[in-house]
Amino acid sequence: MTTLAFLGDFGGAVEFIFRQRDSVGGGVQVGGLGEIGDLLGEHLLVSLAAMAIACAVAIPLGLYLGHVGRGEFIAITVSNVGRAVPALALLAFFIAFLGIGFKNVTAVLVLLALPPILTNTYVGARGVDSEVVDAARGMGMNGAQIVRRVRVPLALPTIFAGVRTSAVSVLATATIAPLANVQTLGEPIINPQTYGFQGGLGAAIVIGVVTITADAGIGIAQRAVTPKGIKLAQGGGRGRMRLSLPTRRREAAT
Amino acid sequence: MLLLAQLQTPDRSDSGCVQNDGFCPSWIFDNFDRYVDPFFQHIVLTIVPVVIGFAISFGLAVLAHRRQWLTGPITGVTGFLYTIPSLAFFFLLQPITGRGYTTAFIALTCYTLLIIFRNVTTGLGGVPVEAKDAARGMGLTDRQLLWRVELPLAMPEILAGLRIATTTTVGLAALAVFAGAGGLGAELDADYQFKSNVVVAGGLAVLLAAALDVIILAVQRAVTPWQRARAT
Repeated sequence: MTTLAFLGDFGGAVEFIFRQRDSVGGGVQVGGLGEIGDLLGEHLLVSLAAMAIACAVAIPLGLYLGHVGRGEFIAITVSNVGRAVPALALLAFFIAFLGIGFKNVTAVLVLLALPPILTNTYVGARGVDSEVVDAARGMGMNGAQIVRRVRVPLALPTIFAGVRTSAVSVLATATIAPLANVQTLGEPIINPQTYGFQGGLGAAIVIGVVTITADAGIGIAQRAVTPKGIKLAQGGGRGRMRLSLPTRRREAAT
Repeated sequence: MLLLAQLQTPDRSDSGCVQNDGFCPSWIFDNFDRYVDPFFQHIVLTIVPVVIGFAISFGLAVLAHRRQWLTGPITGVTGFLYTIPSLAFFFLLQPITGRGYTTAFIALTCYTLLIIFRNVTTGLGGVPVEAKDAARGMGLTDRQLLWRVELPLAMPEILAGLRIATTTTVGLAALAVFAGAGGLGAELDADYQFKSNVVVAGGLAVLLAAALDVIILAVQRAVTPWQRARAT
């Protein structure tokens, strides 16, 4: 207990993660790996549920809109509007009008996760060079084959970037889920009168680690799914895509 | 917690609508003035971080434009900061900077860095080589090239980044209540069961984001007149 004391509140926070202690009001044991584990489990569960639903809706829709080249306004506007609505306001709105509970929190997180995935899928699918699509059509592929074998592989890095953005914001926003009675890692942060400041800080550390790990993990997956051709075109990873003929594009844009 | 939240709102009249946590236009009309201060706090919580963040990331982007190898490390660091969940960030800063505006400003500033840096870098990188060659041929120095050719041409991209950073900050500033910095988030948190309260506080935040967005868009149109000339 004294070993970490020199670190002040941070030491206490780390200790809170690993060892139980009396709550501020007394009478209840809080903290320790058991409780942190339970809160983490719920945090991941609600986040994964939301991400699964958001991906299942946004990716097919984005691919379709990108393929037929329609709905650009929807695909772009939805993410602009999504950014302007504060997560706390959205959750409060759901609590006030629809009530508390796991389903409603999931719904809030789905709404937050949808825009980046939809926009990125649309942009990725739309951005595939039309000459590549023409070549695929010339080889006799039908619409579904073009989407599956041409657009999806070439758009995958962009789609993953959207999933990554969404996952980070969903994991971050799941922190305020205890306001709707879903006991995520935000519980010690939102109820300092029970857990104390060090408890909140401990939970904050865990949330930070989880989010950064998830972000890094999806980043690795993103690199793994990037088609070899794109990696080659990026040549040395300087971030310059030559596959899409940038000089021509610029002329077309001016 | 829920009981506590209801006890904390003493100035409710005894009409049935309010007692049922309903959406009550008359209550909103009578109590609108209590949202004025939080609204202005929210504006401060948005503008200050965006301005500081813009200054920092603009400087970094210009630096990285001259020394390309810096782009990777700066994107890495700002990306890392961007990934830290805001609520956790507010808590992690509190042992060092305490509760209040300072903590909120630091965290919210950090979130703007990646967005603005990336857009300024993209904008500067997208300036046509021909334009730069022509400017050099006219005898412009590096500094003149930057201020008279590259930055004006990158302006749409830069201001697009500023718009994204601003709307994002309005949303994140709603969580600054957990850093003890007030704002509209404090009103939301005070009674999130009460429909009228949620609609007004949340609605004001969305309106603020939309209004700031429109203002920056107007600035963008004013400083890039050639874009409109081209469109017509």
